[in-house]
Amino acid sequence: MENNKTEKGGTNRRKFLKLGLMSSVTAVAGASLISNLAIQDEEVTDSGEKMRLLTPDGKIVEVDASNINKYPEALITPEESRKGIPNRKFVMVIDLAKCKNARKCVEGCQKAHDLDYNEEFMKVQLIQDNPEASPYWLPKPCFHCDEPPCVTVCPTGATFKREDNIVLIDNDRCIGCKFCVTSCPYSARQFNWGHKDKFDDTSQPYSPETSVPAAEGTVMKCDFCPDMLRQGKLPHCAQSCPMGVIYFGDKNEDIVTNGEETVRFSQLIKDRGGYRHLEHLGTKPNVYYLPAVNRQFPLERGFNVDEDIIERYKDVPYVQDLKKQGKI
Amino acid sequence: MNLENRKRELAKEFSPLLEKTTKTSKIWIGFLIAVILVGVYAFFLQLFKGHIVTGMRDNVVWGIYIINFIFFVCLSYSGAFISGILHFFKTPWKNSISRIVEIITVLSLIIGPIFILLCIGRLDRLHYLFLYPRIQSPITWDIIAIMTDLIGCFIYLFLTFIPDFAILRDNSENAPKWRQKVYKFLAIGYQDTPEQREKLHKVTRTMSAMVIALAIVAYSVLAWIFSLTLQPGWNSSIFAPYFIVAGLYSGVGVIIIAMYLIRKYYNLEHYIRKVHFIGAGIILLVISLLFGYFTFSEYFSRWFSHKIQDANLLNTLFTRYFWMFIFANYIGVLVPIVILFFKKFRTIKSITFAAVIAVVGLWFNKYLIIVPTLETPYLPIQDTRPEFIHYTATWVEWALSFAGVAAFILFFILIMKLVPIIPMSGIIDNERDQKKNKKVYKKIVTE
Repeated sequence: MENNKTEKGGTNRRKFLKLGLMSSVTAVAGASLISNLAIQDEEVTDSGEKMRLLTPDGKIVEVDASNINKYPEALITPEESRKGIPNRKFVMVIDLAKCKNARKCVEGCQKAHDLDYNEEFMKVQLIQDNPEASPYWLPKPCFHCDEPPCVTVCPTGATFKREDNIVLIDNDRCIGCKFCVTSCPYSARQFNWGHKDKFDDTSQPYSPETSVPAAEGTVMKCDFCPDMLRQGKLPHCAQSCPMGVIYFGDKNEDIVTNGEETVRFSQLIKDRGGYRHLEHLGTKPNVYYLPAVNRQFPLERGFNVDEDIIERYKDVPYVQDLKKQGKI
Repeated sequence: MNLENRKRELAKEFSPLLEKTTKTSKIWIGFLIAVILVGVYAFFLQLFKGHIVTGMRDNVVWGIYIINFIFFVCLSYSGAFISGILHFFKTPWKNSISRIVEIITVLSLIIGPIFILLCIGRLDRLHYLFLYPRIQSPITWDIIAIMTDLIGCFIYLFLTFIPDFAILRDNSENAPKWRQKVYKFLAIGYQDTPEQREKLHKVTRTMSAMVIALAIVAYSVLAWIFSLTLQPGWNSSIFAPYFIVAGLYSGVGVIIIAMYLIRKYYNLEHYIRKVHFIGAGIILLVISLLFGYFTFSEYFSRWFSHKIQDANLLNTLFTRYFWMFIFANYIGVLVPIVILFFKKFRTIKSITFAAVIAVVGLWFNKYLIIVPTLETPYLPIQDTRPEFIHYTATWVEWALSFAGVAAFILFFILIMKLVPIIPMSGIIDNERDQKKNKKVYKKIVTE
C-alpha cells in the first residue's frame, strides 16, 4: 500500500520538476525544495488545503496539499531514472593538489551505497606519469563519459546515459554478461560475484539512483548519487572529503562547489589547467582533474592508512622504492 | 538392380557400426557420462552459489568459459568452412571425411554457446536479450549471427544426411521398429530418383556456399566482441581475419584427430586412408604458416610501436605467462610446420601429433589473448583486494570445460550410431563417377 503510494509520487516527480523553480505560499523557493514536492494527476482524497506553486515561466499553479510528497518516501523507479534531472549537466572536478589519500570519500561512498569494506565505487590510485614526475594520489570514480563504451556494448540497455550526463545501471535489467566491465577503459565497474545478505534487504525499494540494494550477478559502479542531487546536496564522496578535493556542479550553470567554496567551472579549468584522464581514448569523460601542483600535503601522508591498504599499492615502483628504504 | 544391391551391401557393411556396441565403447560412454555429470553438478553449484565459485573476479571478468566458447565456435566455423569448400569444389577425396567434418560443425555449434551462457551472471534473465534488445551491442550481433549460423549448418547437415537416411530406411528390415520409424521420418520421402538427386545436389551446393559465408560472418562478429573494445590487447584491426585463420587451424587439427580416432577404433582403414591424412596435413601446414604470420604481425606491431599499455601487456606475457606464450605461439606453430613440411615426417601418427600440438597450442593462444589483457587494463590495477588481481580457473570451471569436451565426444559417438560415419550415398556417387569416367576413357581409347 505504502509502496504503491510512493511509486505514484515517483512517476509524477518528473512532471513536477518540469515546473522547475517553485515556491508554495508558505515555503521559500530553493533547489532542495524542488525535490521535496511532487504533484499527482490522479485524484487523491482532497485535504482541502491548497498550496500555490510558482513555475519557472512565472505562472502560479494551485495544487492540493495532499498531492505534495515528501522526499524520502519518494522513489525514483528504474523507468523514471532513465530520464535524468532536466536542464542539468553534472560534472565533477577533482583537485589532485589537495588529495592525501585520506580515503574518506571511499568510506562515505561505501556507507551510502551499503558496500562492504572491500568494495569501492571510488578507488584511489597512486599514479606516476613518468619516472621523473612525482607520484600523486588519484581518486577515480566513474567518469560518466559522454561517449560511454559501456553503454554502447550493453545488449539489454541495462546501463544508460541520461540527459544530465549521468551514466546509470538498472540492475533489474542487467543480465550479467560483463561486457561493460571489459569495455570500460577506466575499470570503473564492479560485479556482484556471489550472494550477500544485504541484497535481501527490502527496507528500501531498489532504485538505480541509489544503487541499493545491489543484486547478485549484476554490475554496479559509481552513480554520482542522483538521489542526493535531487535534494540539492553534493554526492557522498564530495561531502565526506575533509580536504575539499572533490568539486561537483552543473556545467549549464557553470558552477562547481566542494561544499566550502563555490567557483566557476570554466574559470577553474582554465586557471588551473584542468584535464580529463586518458583524453586520447575519445570517451569524453565528465570528471576533470586539476594537476597535482603546489601540493598541500607530501605524498607520504597517504600511507597513513591500514597495512592492508598499503599492500594494495605494492606493485607501484615508487612504493617498492620506499619499502626498500624502509620508509613504510 | 545393381544399384539397389550395392546399397544393400553397404547398409550391411555399416550396420555393425550402428547396431553393435562393444565393451570398450560402453566403458567409454560410461566414462563420458560420468564426466558430464560432474560438469552438471558444477553447473548447479555455480547456478545456486553464483559466480563466486569461479576464478573470475572484477579485473578478469571472463575466464576459460569464454576461451572454450571461442574454441568451440572456432571448430564449428572451420568445420562449416572446410565442409563447404569440399562440397563446393567437389574435392575428390572429400567423401570419407565430409561427414566427420559436418558432425564436428554442428556439435561444436551446440556446445559452444553453452559456454557463453556460463559467463552470464543472471541466467534467469536471459530472455531480456530478446525483450530489450539493443542492436548497437556487438553481443546482439553475435546472437543473431550465431543463431543464423546454427540454423544454416543444421539445414546443410540434414541435406547431406538425407540420401543415407533413405538407404537406411530401405535396408533396415532387421532393425528395431523405432529405428525404422526414425529413418523413415528423417528421409522425408527421398527415393533417389534422378530428379530428386539432381535437386538435392543443387540445394546442397548452394547451402555449402551459404554456410561458408555464414561462418565468416559469425566468426568475425565474435572477434569484434573483443576488438571493438578499447582494451590494449584486443583493440586490433586484424582480429577478425586472425580469428578466422586461428579457427581454421584448430578446426583442421580436430578433424585430423577425429579421423585418427575413428579410423583406429572403428577399423575404417579401408575408407580413411593415408592420402586423407596427407591432404589434411598439407592444409594444416598452409594454415599454420598463415596463423604464425598473423600471430607474428599482431605481437610484432605491438612490440615495435610500444605504446605504454602495449608494452605493459607484452611485459606480462613475457614474465608471468612466459612458458605459455612459448608453447602457444612458438611450439604450437613451429612444430606442426616442421612435421608437415618434410615429406618423410608425414606419417599418419606424426600428422596426428602435429594436429594435437596445434589444437592445444591454439587453446592457449586464446587464453593469452583473453586473460593477460584483462590483467593489464589502461589504468593499473591498484587499490583492490589482492585476490582480484590475477586469474586462476577453479575446479568448477575445469569441470565444466571437460564436461563440454566429453559431451562433444559422447554426441559424436551417438550420432555415429544413427548414421554411418562414411556417407554411403557418397560411396555410390563415387563409384558411379568412376564408371562414367571409365566409359568416357574407353570411348576415348576406342575412338
